[in-house]
Amino acid sequence: MKKNITILITGVVLSFCFIIFYKGLNNPNTYAPKTSIKKDIPIFNAVDFFSKKTVSSDEIFKDNTYYIVNIWASWCVPCRAEHPLLMQLNRNHSVKLIGLNYRDSFNNAKNFIDEFGNPYSRILIDKDGTLGVEFGAFGVPETFLIDRNKKIIKKFIGPIDQEAVNKIELIIK
Amino acid sequence: MKIFKIFIILLLITNFSELKSEEKNDILKNKILKNIRCLICQGQSVYDSESEFASSIKLIVDRKINEGLKEEYIYEFLREKYGDWIVYDPQLNKNTYILWLLPLLLFLLGGAIMRKKIKI
Repeated sequence: MKKNITILITGVVLSFCFIIFYKGLNNPNTYAPKTSIKKDIPIFNAVDFFSKKTVSSDEIFKDNTYYIVNIWASWCVPCRAEHPLLMQLNRNHSVKLIGLNYRDSFNNAKNFIDEFGNPYSRILIDKDGTLGVEFGAFGVPETFLIDRNKKIIKKFIGPIDQEAVNKIELIIK
Repeated sequence: MKIFKIFIILLLITNFSELKSEEKNDILKNKILKNIRCLICQGQSVYDSESEFASSIKLIVDRKINEGLKEEYIYEFLREKYGDWIVYDPQLNKNTYILWLLPLLLFLLGGAIMRKKIKI
């Protein structure tokens, strides 16, 4: 009887360990952040790219509309690839685009905008990348969709593609 | 002359205490940065990394310490932004309870087995 209990306990423990390790085999060993989130927008002050005036997040997101916050930089190659799609989104009147110019120089960023067009209703300067951290960003490019309740509802890490634009347009319709 | 001496002593004392608080902040900053994972690096803490992400996090941590915020609040802030994965020391929650409780369970099980064996 005692022997049976010992065998049973050993069996249970070994099976448990086997299941844990087997499940672990299927997990990817790279970190995949959540892209569907529901978080409040951060409260911050930032400097406007053109006017150089300090603006608060309340001022920036004051309208009752959807917002897209796009983190970009002139030195970022994937940002060039996604730029025409941002121009396409800019034509949609249900959404306002806010650009976060990440660790960039003013002249280079301005040349970028002059060359490729300005899809943003407002551009903010993020000289040291700390504003990006407030949004929970990893780097450039990154795009956040904010709903009318001022909640971040979707996050796109890396350049957006046509599929992402279709998704955004479906949500903001 | 006496007043001058007292003034010099006071000046030295205040300077040393300031230095001490700066040193304390540096120690706390390094401790926090070593416990934060660089999410875009391979197996590096923010402290070890020179990436843009790490340097932004370093600035944020520095700012929060200078604002007088406590260590726990800083971890909480980063967890809220990036999830539990950003800290090396995970908290007890529904995703990590096995990690925390399994060693304790194994310890108790081992203890029970040993107790039984000794009795025999």
